[in-house]
Amino acid sequence: MAEQTTISRRDFIKVSSAAGAGLVIGFYLPAKNRLLAAGIESQKSFEPNVWIAINTDNSVTLTVGRSEMGQGVRTSLPMIIADEMDLDWSQVQVSQAPAHPDRYGSQSTGSSRSVRTLWTPLRKAGATAREMLLEAASRQWMVNKSECYTENGAVIHSKSERKLAYGDLTTSAAKLPVPPKVSLKSAEEFTIIGKNIPRTDTPQKVDGTATFAMDIEIPGMVHATVVRCPIFGGKLKSFDSRKAMQIDGVLDVFEIEEGLAVVAESTWNSFEGRKAVDIIWDEGATGDLDSSKIDEMLISRSKKKGAVGRKAGNAKRALSESAKIIDAVYEAPFQAHATMEPMCCVADVRNDMCKIWAPTQLPQRAQKDAAKITGLPIEKVELNVTFLGGGFGRRSFNDFVSDAVEISKRITKPVKLLWAREDDMQHDYYRPVSRHILKGGLNEHGDVTALTHRVVAPSIIFSSYVTFPVPFREKLDKVALEGAKNVAYNIPNILVDYKMANTAIPVGWWRSVYDSQNAFATECFIDELATAAEKDPFEFRLELLSNSPRDAGVLHLAAEESGWNTKPPIGRYRGISCHASFGSYVAQVAEVSVENDDLRVHRVVCAIDCGQVVNPSIVKAQMESGIVYGLSATLKGEITIERGRVAQSNFHDFPLLRIDETPEIEVYLVNSSEPPTGVGEPGLPPIAPAVANAVFAASGKRIRRLPIRMGDLPGA
Amino acid sequence: MPRFILTVNGKEQSVSVAPDTPLLWVLRDDLGLTGTKYSCGRGLCGTCTIHLDGEPTRSCMTTIEYAEDQEITTIEGLSQDGLHPVQKAWIAEDVPQCGYCQSGQIMTAAALLRENSMPTDSDIDVAMKMNLCRCGTYQRIRKAIHRAAEEMRRG
Ligand code: FES
Ligand code: FES
Repeated sequence: MAEQTTISRRDFIKVSSAAGAGLVIGFYLPAKNRLLAAGIESQKSFEPNVWIAINTDNSVTLTVGRSEMGQGVRTSLPMIIADEMDLDWSQVQVSQAPAHPDRYGSQSTGSSRSVRTLWTPLRKAGATAREMLLEAASRQWMVNKSECYTENGAVIHSKSERKLAYGDLTTSAAKLPVPPKVSLKSAEEFTIIGKNIPRTDTPQKVDGTATFAMDIEIPGMVHATVVRCPIFGGKLKSFDSRKAMQIDGVLDVFEIEEGLAVVAESTWNSFEGRKAVDIIWDEGATGDLDSSKIDEMLISRSKKKGAVGRKAGNAKRALSESAKIIDAVYEAPFQAHATMEPMCCVADVRNDMCKIWAPTQLPQRAQKDAAKITGLPIEKVELNVTFLGGGFGRRSFNDFVSDAVEISKRITKPVKLLWAREDDMQHDYYRPVSRHILKGGLNEHGDVTALTHRVVAPSIIFSSYVTFPVPFREKLDKVALEGAKNVAYNIPNILVDYKMANTAIPVGWWRSVYDSQNAFATECFIDELATAAEKDPFEFRLELLSNSPRDAGVLHLAAEESGWNTKPPIGRYRGISCHASFGSYVAQVAEVSVENDDLRVHRVVCAIDCGQVVNPSIVKAQMESGIVYGLSATLKGEITIERGRVAQSNFHDFPLLRIDETPEIEVYLVNSSEPPTGVGEPGLPPIAPAVANAVFAASGKRIRRLPIRMGDLPGA
Repeated sequence: MPRFILTVNGKEQSVSVAPDTPLLWVLRDDLGLTGTKYSCGRGLCGTCTIHLDGEPTRSCMTTIEYAEDQEITTIEGLSQDGLHPVQKAWIAEDVPQCGYCQSGQIMTAAALLRENSMPTDSDIDVAMKMNLCRCGTYQRIRKAIHRAAEEMRRG
């Protein structure tokens, strides 16, 4: 049954038609937050955030306000509109919205939220456009609207088989009032949603024509790179650029907000210049900070009570009354994003305007920052969002955009700024280091009676990167408990608390954020409890998920598809985990072998329930991607601190997973017509615990620290 | 500044740069061939892979002086129409995500298939393992190489 939806007064719609340009429909569909929406409503009643342009040549341009960083928004978002509108997919063109304070709603791209938050607004927009075109055709034919239907970008009158393409209806549709009510399709009626529609950006990404910020070329442009203070909290004391200025092509070296800029005729000249500048840094208070000091600080903070994020029953009492108490400490290190495209940005600052090309996940913020740096009004700052060469949360920070704007302003020329890989790796906003203290209680039947989990980690939200130790007030950072406080397991007594442990190291949103560490600790510990209870890890979890059908559903599916109840091939061992994040439920089974400390992951079976699947191929790709990204953090690199700086600098000491280390990955999608939920991140958290639990099955050794270093394990 | 005559994608080009300038930056900044990307600058990631006389080569580690007498092929010159069997297979398998590493992946794969028309999984591992992809498209790369190999064998 089709679902009726009301286009409320809050859903402002603006229809316009210009001679020859066809029909442009802009919808202002408010955010979920009613208060916020109401606030925007009163001031900005005609700033649509969904744009559909029907051109007279029958092509349709759909504007996407979110950044494309590989997750497929330039395909999945248009698919949603196109389906409700009954468009001919081959006529759909996709355009990327530039930054605008409010025209495209929030353009912040992260938290796996594009599809899940835009699902309803985009469908309403598509359905309204379709309804207006249908109305326009029926009036032209002077027939009853109920005798007409839409298909492949045209309205058809069923009795007479007359047909009018959308492009021929734009002028008349533009004159119609916006319908007060439209019906949305039911899942069975979808013709595009749920299909493996090829990504719209693939052709450009296989012939080298896809434009990344690094590929922008504007007349008169020069090149620049930066040198940042390697010590967090340190600053520039003095520099001598004489040697650098002798290098051919180096044009200028000067101080900027965050260190030094080297401007040159080519990228290479700027890189050469960068190496030749003699710099003296003021190390500040952090010059002797290192990983072992940070660990000690975390250990000492872990001994004190934290801010409570979840409390059910009385965990302390239940623990004291339990037949068996298990406890364990888990640790996860800092991680770098290491997008393959280092930070880069093109900026052209003039007296009266500023143009920027930036691969950013937060375009509106970048635009605002640029307005501040240049002193220009925001409408004079044009910010074009290019393709992102990977995002994963790194590009929700716009430090590189600010650099480019600052440099261009100073030299009054357009500039292409590119950070060297070394600067990219040493000046990231890292996944926070973390320490997890867990205790569990079992009764004499092996039932879990209590679980406590203390998360000790720097807070992203409340962080300050200035001094160490950073003074802070104890606060509950709920984000830091994501994936710890919301365990789905039916345990009567639970206590989850958070102990803030800020350091001078900048921390930020690293793909799946705290869910990555919290899932590792929780899902490995649940395995420890299963062992203590002498139960099968899958059966044990399933029992505890009796009230959580969607968690149990994916767990079941992954177990079944992996052949959990059958013997693995000789020498192989399986581990299982399940974790819900960003609205989606994911379970994974990893199959590993361990021979003389050589750990190999051979196969990963992944089941996901993300509600209605918009594009199965994209969902599967995101699962594969999250698993590989998570495996790098499970098996390969970590970020450590020495003398106040990041010890790693490039892919030799921060290795990433390679093709020969990549397991066979099978992804199974739960068939569902629930509203869609996130896919960019949820595939990541379960992989580390699935692998660690498989290592236990193979070797009897518990992995309680990432990345896994088999040789370093006790008893190894 | 010395002048160098290069043959890039079958066309002669001349540039004046220092002899130790990496080919990568000459391609990108002087010749406007931006399909070849930079990521590590140290021969560690394969993002900058081009062909030198048909051999997959890291352009970030190749000086202009060294490249002068050789045929240089970049992603822009791999095929006339962007439809080399490897590119077609990449589209069919929906390989790219962010896409940044893909020029390098495709150039390495195309070189492999010229040498070996029926690569096994371990041949693919050996040829491709120096090409990093942070988006983790490896599984699809593997499938796409098998697909391209099949198409090339059928002719
Ligand atoms: S940029 Fe040349 S190998 Fe990484
Ligand atoms: S597709 Fe993004 S790095 Fe390979």
